[in-house]
Formats: sequence, C-alpha cells, structure tokens
Amino acid sequence: MFRKIAQSIFTLIIALLFCNFSAVAQDGKALFMSNCASCHNPLKDATGPALQGVSGHAHGMDWIHKWVKNPSAVIATGDPHAKELVDKYKVVMTAFPALSDADIDAIIKYVDEYKAPTEDNGAGPAGAPQAATDSSGWLYTFITLVLVALMIVLWRANYGLRRVANEKEGLPNEKEIPFYRNKVFIAIAVILVFIFSGYWLVNGAIELGRQQNYQPEQPIFYSHKVHAGVNQINCLYCHAGAEKSRHAMVPSPNICMNCHKQINEYTGKEKLVTAEGKEVNGTEEIQKLYKYAGWDPEKKEYIRDANGNIVAHPIAWTKIHNLPDHVYFNHSQHVKVGKVQCQRCHGDIQNMDEVYQFAPLSMGWCVNCHRQTKVQFADNKYYSIFEKYHEEMKAGKRTDVTVQDIGGTECMKCHY
Amino acid sequence: MSQKQYWKGLEELNNTAGQDVATNEFKEDLPFDLSGKLLDAATPRRDFLKYLGFSTAAAMLAASCEMPVRKVIPYAIKPEDIVPGVPNYYASTYADNGEYCAIVIKTRDGRPIKIEGNEKSSVTRGGTSARVQASILSLYDTARLRQPYAEGHEATFEAIDRKVMEGLAGAGQSYLLTGSLMSPTTREVINQFIAKYPGVKHIVYDPVSYSGMLLANEACYGKRALPSYHFDKAQTIFSLGADFLGTWLSPVEFAKQYSLGRKVSAKTPKMSKHYQVESIHTISGANADERAVCKPSETGAVAAALYYAVTTGATPSFASKKLNEVITKAAADLKKGNGLVVSGSNDVNVQTLVNAINDAIGANGTTVNWAVTSNYKQGVDADLVNLMNAMNAGQVGTVLIHGVNPVYEYYQGAKFADALKKVPLTVSFASHMDETAQHCKYVVPDHHYLESWGDAEPKTGYYSLMQPGIAPIFKTRAFQDSLMTWSGAGMSYAQYWNQYWMNKLGGQENLDRALQDGVIEPAGEMTMGGAGFSGNAAVAITALQARKMASAQKELVVYEKVSMGRGAWMSNNPWLQEMPDPITKATWDNYVCVSPKTAYDLGAELTSITEVDNKKHVLKIAANGATVELPIVVVPGMHNEVIAVALGYGRTEKVGRAAANTGKNAYPFLAWNGTTFDNYAAANIEKSGSFYDVAITQTHHSYEGRPIIHEYTLEEFSKNPNHLVEERVKELGHYAALPWLEHGAKEESADIASTDVKVPATDKLEEGFREHGTLYPNFESPGIHWGMSIDLTSCIGCGACVIGCQAENNISVVGKTHVLKAQEMHWMRIDRYFSGMPNDPDTIQTVFQPMLCQHCDNAPCENVCPVAATPHTSEGLNMMTYNRCIGTKYCANNCPYKVRHFNWMDWNGADCFDDNLYEDGRRDDMNDDLTRMVLNPDVTVRSRGVMEKCTFCVQRLQDAKLTAKRENRPLMDGEARTACQQACPTDAIQFGNVNDRNSQIFKLRSAEQLERKFYVLEQIHTLPNINYLSLVRNTDQIAAAAVEVNGEMLPVNDSLQVNHI
Repeated sequence: MFRKIAQSIFTLIIALLFCNFSAVAQDGKALFMSNCASCHNPLKDATGPALQGVSGHAHGMDWIHKWVKNPSAVIATGDPHAKELVDKYKVVMTAFPALSDADIDAIIKYVDEYKAPTEDNGAGPAGAPQAATDSSGWLYTFITLVLVALMIVLWRANYGLRRVANEKEGLPNEKEIPFYRNKVFIAIAVILVFIFSGYWLVNGAIELGRQQNYQPEQPIFYSHKVHAGVNQINCLYCHAGAEKSRHAMVPSPNICMNCHKQINEYTGKEKLVTAEGKEVNGTEEIQKLYKYAGWDPEKKEYIRDANGNIVAHPIAWTKIHNLPDHVYFNHSQHVKVGKVQCQRCHGDIQNMDEVYQFAPLSMGWCVNCHRQTKVQFADNKYYSIFEKYHEEMKAGKRTDVTVQDIGGTECMKCHY
Repeated sequence: MSQKQYWKGLEELNNTAGQDVATNEFKEDLPFDLSGKLLDAATPRRDFLKYLGFSTAAAMLAASCEMPVRKVIPYAIKPEDIVPGVPNYYASTYADNGEYCAIVIKTRDGRPIKIEGNEKSSVTRGGTSARVQASILSLYDTARLRQPYAEGHEATFEAIDRKVMEGLAGAGQSYLLTGSLMSPTTREVINQFIAKYPGVKHIVYDPVSYSGMLLANEACYGKRALPSYHFDKAQTIFSLGADFLGTWLSPVEFAKQYSLGRKVSAKTPKMSKHYQVESIHTISGANADERAVCKPSETGAVAAALYYAVTTGATPSFASKKLNEVITKAAADLKKGNGLVVSGSNDVNVQTLVNAINDAIGANGTTVNWAVTSNYKQGVDADLVNLMNAMNAGQVGTVLIHGVNPVYEYYQGAKFADALKKVPLTVSFASHMDETAQHCKYVVPDHHYLESWGDAEPKTGYYSLMQPGIAPIFKTRAFQDSLMTWSGAGMSYAQYWNQYWMNKLGGQENLDRALQDGVIEPAGEMTMGGAGFSGNAAVAITALQARKMASAQKELVVYEKVSMGRGAWMSNNPWLQEMPDPITKATWDNYVCVSPKTAYDLGAELTSITEVDNKKHVLKIAANGATVELPIVVVPGMHNEVIAVALGYGRTEKVGRAAANTGKNAYPFLAWNGTTFDNYAAANIEKSGSFYDVAITQTHHSYEGRPIIHEYTLEEFSKNPNHLVEERVKELGHYAALPWLEHGAKEESADIASTDVKVPATDKLEEGFREHGTLYPNFESPGIHWGMSIDLTSCIGCGACVIGCQAENNISVVGKTHVLKAQEMHWMRIDRYFSGMPNDPDTIQTVFQPMLCQHCDNAPCENVCPVAATPHTSEGLNMMTYNRCIGTKYCANNCPYKVRHFNWMDWNGADCFDDNLYEDGRRDDMNDDLTRMVLNPDVTVRSRGVMEKCTFCVQRLQDAKLTAKRENRPLMDGEARTACQQACPTDAIQFGNVNDRNSQIFKLRSAEQLERKFYVLEQIHTLPNINYLSLVRNTDQIAAAAVEVNGEMLPVNDSLQVNHI
C-alpha cells in the first residue's frame, strides 16, 4: 500500500520536474516546435517552405534574422527573395520579434540536423513499468472476513455448549432473545448505521456537482498527447486566450487548419486507443475536422458559399472542466500573472489521449493552493503598493508573500 | 444648517400613525395565525413538517442524480478582434428624436451589454442619463418587430417595396413625417428621396414641442434654430419652468455644464446662482438656490415682470411675495453680467420675451451662443396640424412615418387615426407595433440604434458617428435603406455612409480614427458669438396679456418624467418603469401630482395623502375636452392651483408587456393655441371615490429621523467653512486623545478639542476614532483601500447612476406588485428629502442623497451573519457571498443605512427549478432568453433567498487590478471606476484607492474638500468607506424651519396661517 503511494508520488514528482524542465529549456527543438512547427516542416514545404538547408541560403544568416523578426519590413524594402516567397506561399509569415539571433540560430541548427524519423528512433521510451498488481489488499480482507466468520461460529458454539452444560447441571437458562430483539445490539446497530449513513451522506453531498476524473467522449478523437506531448506544440498556440482572458478558449477549427492544411494523415507510431480500448484511426479523425472546417481535402481549398463565406460548422465539444456559475475564475490571472503551469491544474495533459478532469476543482482545492502559493511579489511591479510587506521582507521578518497574504482567500476574489 | 429638519413625506413630518408601517420589516400583516390553537391554523405544524420532509427528499432526488452534460462550442471561424471573455468597446452615438449623447458601447462576445458616456465628446463630456443607460435593454426588447408587416400580416421587404414604389408614383400629395433628425447623411438620403419623388414633403414633428422657441428665434434672430447654452459660464441662471437638468432639450449636456459652475470648496467658495420659477416640482427646481412657484398661465406675466425688472427696474406685483422677491433678486443678479435665462414654455411670446431678456442682459455671446447652433429640435407644430387637415380633406396619397407616433402623441390621436384611414398608402418605420403602426398599411421596422450605422450633428460643425455594436437581431431594415431602395439608389445606406464620410474626412485612416473617437469636432474651445436681436418685446407682452385662460378649478401641467420622457420605446423598458421618479419616488405608473393643500381640500383623508399607504384616491380630471381618471400623488412644492400629469403612459398592449395597461395618456391635454401646443390646460377635478395602488419607494428604508445630511448656505460656508469639522470634533474629538494614551496625550487633546479647530486635526480625529472608538482590533488594508466620495452639491438626483448600476450588476426588476411590498432591488437609491412648510410650496427645499452600501470598515451587518456570508476584505470592501448566504436577513435588519436587498423571489431564472420563476405580467420579459442577453457575464445572477447589495462594482475593480498586473505596473488612479461614477453626468461621485497618496480621492478627503466631508451616522463607529460632501446652496435665506404640528394631521390647514416664519 505505502509502496504504491510512494511510487505514484515519485512518478508525479518526476513528471512535474520533466514538465518544468521541458517548458523552461530553450533548445532549438523546443523553439522550433513552439514557434515554427505549425507552419514549417524541416523537410517538406507546408504553409511555409521546408527549412532544412536554409542556412546555406545565398542571403546569409543576417537576412534570416531580419526576416524572422519582421517579415513585413523586409518585404517593404522590396527585397526580391521576399517577394518571391510571398508570391509562392500567398501569406506573409508571422513576425517573431521576441526571438533573439541566438534563438534563431539554434532553430536553424536543429532544422539542419533534423532527420526524418525512422522506425527505430520512433519507438520512444517504453511505457512505465506497470506496477505489480496489488492483490494483498483483497487477501487481507478475505482473511479478516474468514476470521470474523470463525469468531461468530466459535462464539455461537461456545454459547450453545454453555446452555447444554447449564441444562445438565440443572441451572436455569435465560430465555434466548434473538439478536434482532437485543436492545444493546439494536442500539449499536442504530448508532453504526447513523454514523455510516451520515458519513456517506455528507461525503456524497460534498461530492455533489464535482466530477473529478470525468472523461467524456468527444466529437473528434483529439489527442493532447499527440499534439502537446509528441509534437510539443505550445499550449498557448491553440488556447490563446489563457494569457488574455478569463477563458483559455477552445480553438476554432480555423486554428486547427493552420497546421492541418498540410497534415492530412496520422503517421504517428503509437496507436490511438480510446479509454474503452477501441482503436481509433487518426487519419479519419482529421477528415472529421475537415468536415467541420469546411475544407475540401481533394482540392486543398475551403468550400465557400455564394457569398464567398467558408462553409464551416462549430464543433460542439463536451465541456470537461465545469465551475459553478457563482465562481469567477480567470485564466490570465493564473497563467500570465501567477505564472502557474497548465499541468498544475490540468494534470499530465501532454500524456492524455483523451482528456479527463485531473483536479477536483473544489473550493478546498483552490483555497489550499492560494494558501501555499507565493505571488510574484518582487517581479511584478503591481505589488509595489504593498509597502508593509516590502518593509517586512527588507527587515528579514518575511521571506515570501502568499496569495492569501494579499487577500487571495477572501470570498469576493472569486464570488461576485 | 444642521438643525434644519428634513422629511421624506408628510407622514414623517407629522409623525402620524401610518408612519409606523415604514419602520416595520414587513409592510403587511404576516400570514401567521397566532391566536387559537396552532393545529387549527391554516398551516399546522405537522403539515409543515410533512411538506418540509417531502420537499427535502424531492430536492435531493432531483438534484443528486446526474450532472448535466455541458457543451463548449468555439467559433467556427473566430473573428480576429474578439477574444471570448474580453470586452470590446465601440464609440457610437445615442440619438433619439433630438436627444443626443455620445456613447461607448461595451460588447461581450459580440453582444452589447453596457453603455458608457464618451469622454471625447465636448458636448456631453462623458455623461449619460438614465434613458441612455436603459436604452441597451430596449435592444433586447421582446416586443420589437421581428419582420415587416403588410396590412397586419407578415410580409417580405420585396413585396412591400413594390407596393410602396407604386403608391409613391400614384396620385395625391406624399408626406414624410419624422422626428427631429440630427443626422447629416440621413438628411442627404431624404433629399435624394425627394429628388426622386419631387412631390414629397418632409415634415418634422416633435411630440414634446419646442416650436415656440424655434419660431421666437426666427422672429428675433432670423434663424429657425436653437442656440448653444453655456450653463458653466453663467453666474446667474434663471429658469422659467425649464427642467434643464432633467428633461429640457439636452439635459446631459446642461447637467455637466451646470455642475462645472457649482464645484464649491473652502478655497473657492463660489458658485453660480440658480433661480427657478415653475409650476410643478422638477429636479431643476429641487437643485435651485431660490425657487418660487407660479401658475403656468402666469408664465408670460413672470417673463414680462422679469423683462421689466431687468430693463426698467420695475418691481413686480404678484400676489406671491416670494415670486416678487425672486424676480427682483434675479433681475439684479442678471444685470451683473454672465446671466442666462431659459424657459420651458412653448409659447412663442414667452420665448420672445426670454430672448429679449437675454439680449438685455448681454447673454448673447457669453452664455447663449449663436455662433454654434444646436440641432436638437426642428419640429414646428403647425406642420402636423396642416398635415392632419390635408389628410382629412383627402388630398394626401402617401404618408411615411418615422420616429414619431402621432396616433398616440398627437392631442387628437383618435382623429389622426381616422384621418390616416383616408390615405391610400401609409408606411410606418416603427420598431414596435405602436399606436400609429397599428393604423398603417405597411410597417417596415427600423433597426435599433445599437444595430445601425449613422451619425449625428448635435451642434453645427460638431459631428458624432454611430456604429453598430451588433448585427441586426431581427429581420429589420434601416430607415435610410428603405428610402434608398425606393429611390433606386443602387447601394446600401452603409455604403453611402462610408462614401460620405470618406469624402468628408479624406481617407480610410481618418475615418478609422474618427470611428474610434466617435466624435469629429473642431479643435479648441467652442467659438462664441452673439446675434442681433430684432424681436419686439412690447408686442409679445401685449399678446400675452390678451391670452385668457378658461376659468376652471385648477391648471393642469403636462410634463415629461426623467425616466419616461415622451413615451416611445421608454414605455416598454422595465428598468425605466421601475426607476423611482426623482421627486415623487413613484414607479410603474403615472398619476396626478397635487400639492398637499389640494389633497386636503379634496377631502383626501390621511392614508391617501401620505406615501406610506399605497392606496391613493383616484381623481377625475376633465381638461381640453378629455377626461381621465388617475390616482393622486402628493408632491410638496407644487403650486396649490396646479396639478400635473406625466407623458408616456396609457400605451396599448401591442407596445409591450411593460408598457401595457398602466396609467393614462396625457397627450390629449396638450392644447393647440393656434400656433403651438401648450403644455398646460384648464382642468376641472373631482374625487372619483375609488382607490388605486401606486408603488412609491421613498418610505421603504427608514432612518428613524437620524441626522444624515449637512446643508449650508454659501454665505455660512464661506464665513466659516470649518463648521462641519468643528461639529465632528465636538462629537468625536475625545477619541483622538484619550487620557490613558501615551505620547503627550494631553497636549493633543487640548489641541483637538479646543474650539478654534485647526483643520489638520481631522486626520488625527479620524484615526483616533477608528482605533479607540471600538473594542475590536483595527482592520488593516496593506495594499489597496477603496473609498468613494459623493458631492451632495453636485448631485442633481437624475438617477443615471441607478440605472447604470442596474445594467452593470444584473439587478432584478421586481414588478409593481413587489415594489408595493417594499421589495425593490436597486443597489443604489437616491433618497429625496424635503424641508419647509408643506402647504407653502415656495418654502420647500429639496435635497437628494444617493444611498448605497457604505462598505463600513466596522460593519454592523458583518457581525450578525450566522454563516459568515458577509465578511470584509483587506481592500475595505464589505463582501456579499451569495452562494454562502442562507437568507436569515439579520444583516439587513442590522444595517443602519438600509441598503441591503433580499431576493424574495426568483426574478431572473437563476434557480434550477423552472417553477420558481416569478411571473406577474408586466416585468416578465426580463426572464426571456432574448432579454437575458443584456446580463453582465461577470456578475452572478442571484437566486431566490439570498441577500444582495452594492459591491463597489468589484468585477471592475478586479479587472482593473488584473490589467495592471498583466502589464507589470501599479494600478493607476482613475483606472478602476464604478458604474455609478461613470454614469454620473455631474461627476458627483469620486472613487479610488485611499491608500494611494497621489489619488484624487485621497487629496479630496485630506485637503481639497476636507471642510465639507462627512460620514453618514459617523458617530456609531461603522467607519464607512463612503464619505459625503455637504450640500451648499447659494442662497442667503436659511432653509425654512419645519412646522411643528401636534394636531392629528393636517399641517396643511393649521400651518396655512403660519406662512413665513
């Protein structure tokens, strides 16, 4: 039992460390995956051109730096190569002013060294060794039950024998009262039933409206594992609202189509399996997306109505994470300001084929986190107004400021 | 001064038996049978327990089975500029029959949810009115027409277009009848339409007419136009019956200007002086420094008297002493320069005299600006009368009606309807199936203004653009589009609009910027200019003297309510219907306003001349050939010979559920005098003997007569600005320096308690009282401490904040039935107090005090909550946690300010049980899915059984803080604003972080307005976070003392002899 708990905690810590690590390290691969992969493939032309060998381009690395940081500016200079690119691909590349020259170099280095995945390196790490099935619990229960049964049998036997003995010795035997008329028994039973049903009721009431581990079937088998895990696509690419709005935002099909105009088949090595164990054909799921997005995969263009509007339909996903109406939750407060990792509340999302609700999303769970989490007190200038805490920190009386210290557990922070 | 006695109504002044009702929690007897045996009662205890058990079990069964499956549906193709959950703002324009306001529309996920004032406009300067705030609700009005109609049946635009074009080409004169249009492009469209159909005549008609002014200006200045008024530049304002703060011409603009001239402080104890002579009690009269009443038929005589007093120095000789005094004083002040005289009269001669006075005192060019004219009103009454005659004569082939509703708004509406029947082709562009549309062959509904492109030119050269906040919800078509289709323009109005403004502004970039700003205005200050006066005052006076009023018991005044205006869409707006009238505090009805003396003379016994009792005597009024029956509402300050009825009621059922079956139409009382419509008539009245319930709110929240307002005359205030500080020190000074306190307590106590108070002592006063006035430990606010300041001098009582708050915070409309039970939900109310002698209207002074949760740092409500549903935040907010509240209502009972409201019913469908939804008829549209689109998604919709109250708009505070955090910077002053503060047209409300020493609120409290600052019921140590600034009235006359009456009632008769004390 303890071993199991210890094991899972260990796995969790490793997983968390791994997530943090992969989110922080800015190597070429990570940068490519989070910034470029949605439009570029190292080897094939996609929304943008294939990038392998681009470093050997006649214009040199300087041109590439300028281009990546601000393509429009390069086009404005009348650069012939830029014009050629725009003509060929019909779109202007997004500007990445935040990438440094070193970042761009790292990306180019990764792209140049990239090899098409082969059968061997696609195997990936073997699944975590399955914990030995823990049957000892059942065994103990069984033994306990047997012992209890034995005890009752022995007690009854003893009782019967004593009565026989009494009869022999001519002592009067008390009239036997069946146990269901025994007042002591009834009292104990009532108390036990009261306690257990009360416990069950209270727990049930607390659980009302909560749905931890809720894992509904979705209209499209969309695998976060394939996207965020294997392909390392940045969460914020699709959930763009998470830094701006209270809603993280479920992406509309046209955002999916940014990549899926090119990616029209599932070529991953791992089989996609539903929670029920049914195998899923990834390519067919992509076809479902095309239907919603109004994309004709044969002609490689959008289907348009008479007015030129794309004939797209919204996808009715089943909502997994539900908060009651009287709770105000804001993603940007947590993601942008609090710098909380997505996994902290959504669990090991990059390894979920089908998403389930990881956290209980109960008020106790929220409040516990608000009690323990430290705010970005020194880094965010907003907190400069808390003079008292700054003084205490200077004086060494205080090491950190938690969310609770700045009023994060007050009712009206979430209920209004 | 503080010893002045304020009263909310006569019953409070007289302390009559009825008054007890107001102090009770429930107005009616509770349905419990306390006599006899409990088991014989209607609901015996056992039954109660049975039902309780059953309902608990049923609720558990219903609630516990399954969680509903919810869907999350993203856009199919997400528009780039919409981020779900983040509001977008669009500058636009509210233009409704000449009523103008520059606005900003707040949209969430593509639907407009709130309207704010546009601060870029130099006309309205960011102010709004209750009507502008409530216009958002009319967008989601379920009674709006959803498609065009032909002869009462649903039809297509194409079919109607064909018929109309045939008709326009046919025989008979064609007329286009509209309200006042401020839109330059619409005028162009109409011109093109007339060019296509040269026979068409365009008639402009204003239901509440200003043609008297327009015609007088034409005669005096050669322009049929209205000037711009500058109340901010006026030292002396004389208003002859013009309610320029409430309803006259452009109240938002004037309220802003007016308040700018009346920002008073100890350092600059100066303010404009406002004289008001009126027949009824308006909010302008309530704010006036000196007020006198006259009969409406005397208006001309008063104007003439003022004219003579200004020009010749003649003293007026009215029977009323106060009236003579006001005219004499006003004339003297007006002659000092920077005077301004306005009049609400629709009589050409009165307006000519007003022009003459303005000319005589040199107002033209200083406070009356003829260089920039206003385009608010353009209608001339005679045109409509002529149209009516032409229709009756059978000369009319076509009438197209836009923006007006003559069958309802014309004094002979039924006759107009009959005349319409003689016209072969009648088309209405009404948004509702209003009275006129019902009589028109074709109804081609126009868009709501929040769905429309458009523009307005409120003042010549000052433009304001209108852009849609949402695509048209229903199958409606812009009025301009209809005209353009019929004139075969070959393009849409939106295209034409775009072309027009591209040409005018010179390019897309300029147009984009103009759209973003919302207004296009000349740079710098408005140019000022006078005009050569060529009117003839003597002729006007002779004409006025010749006018004789038919002899009758009373004179009846027809007036506009601040909320309801001329009727139109406002009638079917539940927010406006339930908004308490600033003066009468009545909701949902119109009624006859009568003076206390009139009520007494009518033999209306006590219960129905007071406000506590809902039951009102019904009066039969006969005037101008019409007879109606309406309940009376007693309004102190009304002229004793005058009664008044508001417009906008008595609508037909098709206009909407909120409008239907309420009040009576007062338009038939508007009398045609041969040139214009008079807004008064001779009336005979008679008590009908029946009763009618009127829902009045003022007595619902009683203070038990505790002093809560401080009022000074300007003279007193400038002589001793520290009087209020002294009083506070007297009351609380000893807390600042208690004998057992350390650090030289004695010196300090001597310092503070001494009679010649040093002003800085208030710092210590408040600090000391905060710490030592209680046994509880002091509550700390380490980061932000929110605070609000409300200036009673600036507050004009218009109620824009009340509706702004309602829109922002999803406040429920409860309907008349529940207002009668004192269960209205407004988080913010404006208390109105009278002082003076009820039977002498000249002595009445009126005070407004906005009252909302004071967010006490030592809140009495917090301590009594058994479930800690209303604790305090570290930012000084008194929280209300709905999901924790179990509805004991202890908090409301313990609140000294009476600002908590309990959800007695499920008003909005917030409960999960459909059957709980409260329905009573007139308010039910509030539960409709369409109307619920107006709800603010950031604010919880409260369910039945919980308490609620002002939150200081915590969602806005949180949002402002989050924006600052995201941008990695401290919160800026003025970034977080409450809805009431933003809605206020006079900037009476200031809000901010008191801990920030650079904030406006800190400076105001600690220095700028230190002398006027007070807290309501400060002595009970609730430590409110809202402070008020004392009321300063620019009058040398101390407010009349209240009359002591110990008799049974009837102060009216007894004090009749008292007159001036």
